[in-house]
Amino acid sequence: MVVEIIISFFIVLSGIFGLVGSFGLIKLDDTMQRLHAPTKATTLGVGGALIASMLYFLLVKGSFSFHELLITLFLFLTAPITANFIAKAYLAHNATRNDLPETGRDYGWALYDDPPLLNETTDPRGE
Amino acid sequence: MISAALLFAFACYTLGLIFNLWRITRGPDAADRILALDTMVINVIALLILYGILEGTAVYYEASMLVAMVGFVSTVAYCRFMLRGDIIE
Repeated sequence: MVVEIIISFFIVLSGIFGLVGSFGLIKLDDTMQRLHAPTKATTLGVGGALIASMLYFLLVKGSFSFHELLITLFLFLTAPITANFIAKAYLAHNATRNDLPETGRDYGWALYDDPPLLNETTDPRGE
Repeated sequence: MISAALLFAFACYTLGLIFNLWRITRGPDAADRILALDTMVINVIALLILYGILEGTAVYYEASMLVAMVGFVSTVAYCRFMLRGDIIE
């Protein structure tokens, strides 16, 4: 009974956060704000489903599997990369160089400037 | 109890997929559509895992893992195409 309650709790948690992540997509106004919403679905939505699945197969079926951990690891690795790529694609189409603030570092935005050379000895901004 | 919770989660994710479809059709920018498609892939992964719990088999992990990989590669390819006009240079 306790096991069922715990598993059901994680399943319901996963459903709620998946819904919140998708609802944010239609509620928020700006594209850069909308980038923020699906992170909930990625971490807590899929994470809750995976924890529930692990607990179900461990406690009810009696077989432990670590496939779920692989899926979690893969999603946690790829979610920042896709968010960065989407933000970069949006900036490349909708912002000019003058819209963006200064980086405050030695190098400018990666969207417009070349990456720094590894064996650079001179000051990169002094040509 | 678990089956009722699964039904609730299925309803939530189905509603989420409908929201994503709305954003894909209405999205003012291509970046919005990429983001909505990426969210759709994540929702489908969660749906597959929950369906695996409902069926009681471990087969659906492989399916969800494949969906996760294909979704990542397709998102990166689409963004790459928007950024550079080419996928593999």
